[in-house]
Amino acid sequence: MTSPSVALIDYHAGNLTSVKKALAAVGAKVFVPATPEDLAEASAVIVPGVGHFDATRALGPEWVDAILQRVGEGRPLLGICLGMQWLYEGSEEAPDVRGLGVLSGECRRLKAPPGSALKIPHVGWNSIDQSRDASIMEDVASGAQAYFTHSYVAPITGDTVASTEHGEAFASVVQRGQIAGVQFHPEKSGEVGLQILRNWLRQAA
Amino acid sequence: MLAKRIIACLDVRDGQVVKGINFEGLRSAGDPASLARRYNSEGIDELVILDITATLESRRALAETIRAVARELFIPLAVGGGIRTEADAEAAVDAGADKVSLNTAAISNPGLITTLANRYGSQAIVVAIDAKRAGEGTHFAVYSRSGTTSVNRDAVEWAREAESRGAGEILLTSIDRDGTKAGFDCEMTAAVSSAVSIPVIASGGAGALKDFVDVFTHGRADAALAASIFHYAETSVRTLKQHLNQHGIPVRV
Repeated sequence: MTSPSVALIDYHAGNLTSVKKALAAVGAKVFVPATPEDLAEASAVIVPGVGHFDATRALGPEWVDAILQRVGEGRPLLGICLGMQWLYEGSEEAPDVRGLGVLSGECRRLKAPPGSALKIPHVGWNSIDQSRDASIMEDVASGAQAYFTHSYVAPITGDTVASTEHGEAFASVVQRGQIAGVQFHPEKSGEVGLQILRNWLRQAA
Repeated sequence: MLAKRIIACLDVRDGQVVKGINFEGLRSAGDPASLARRYNSEGIDELVILDITATLESRRALAETIRAVARELFIPLAVGGGIRTEADAEAAVDAGADKVSLNTAAISNPGLITTLANRYGSQAIVVAIDAKRAGEGTHFAVYSRSGTTSVNRDAVEWAREAESRGAGEILLTSIDRDGTKAGFDCEMTAAVSSAVSIPVIASGGAGALKDFVDVFTHGRADAALAASIFHYAETSVRTLKQHLNQHGIPVRV
């Protein structure tokens, strides 16, 4: 079996070193496409990213078209952290920037209940509680813990596979067909994260 | 529920861990990658590599150390010690650090916090504050240059400023408690933790299991860091987490 060639999209929202290392560890061949045309060679696409939703502005119409074309051809797409939020229609963090819109709903800021000492950003290990079966969660126990660092969240919808709670519940794993997203960092979530990447890569093989 | 993090610190000099190397039966304790591997298998939540020499030669060795650790471990890795410029931070991040920890450089050039936060995101920027009690003990004075130089600032006020400049976490070390095993300075930790909305990592003074319970309750810490108690294997990470769990403190299992 040849290892799937994964396009890791660099739109300058954080460092990609860790994601590359984790993908290499689970047997993927990774490349960073210089132009949207380079996506033609990808057997799967990852949109990573941390930081402000405004950074996704760099993913202009050419990138959107190229990514949607790959998705239309049935190739797997994974959004990580900010990259997952970008799969939705938009975010209140940057209302004038639209998301890819392949998942419905808007992202918004986490709310701590009044009077609570909960800190936002949500940083650290938290549990991912599975609400339905999905291939991306194969061999991952419900309640397994993963590493998060973010302030904005995606809503719980029919696409939600697992949710996490920090003041309120939000979608931490989503999957619809070959489109998937994780709010945490699988590349920093130990064996749990690597297993999720393996599961996702299986779709690309 | 968000878990309280346990972080192990590796003090590294010329590519070797300099604390805990004389622990018998743990021959490879001098090698950061083997020690990191052991902590990872015991369930450590995060690692900090601290370059305690920070000379030009040691920085080259440091990049090798970071690379060796990041190659096989997939948990957050922070690097500190001698990061004074954007280029120093870049070298650490390129080698595989997820976070860089700024101390003296953040005090002398607070703009560096913002520069690095804009480049890598706030989640990648830790501001380390070394402080000790002053006056009647109600004021916490900040020191730079490994705790040797008073900078005439209060830890609470400096933590607030660091947050507003883009820091994603505060690593707060009590100079009074460091190396004493007398327990964390819970009062200082609580003062800083209540003043900012970013996570505070408590450091300095870890000795007994109960010290960690105290710092997560009274000290309101989001994470606790220790070095020698783990190196000497006085306390395994697993034992510590079981203890915290029994005391109702959420940990990653």
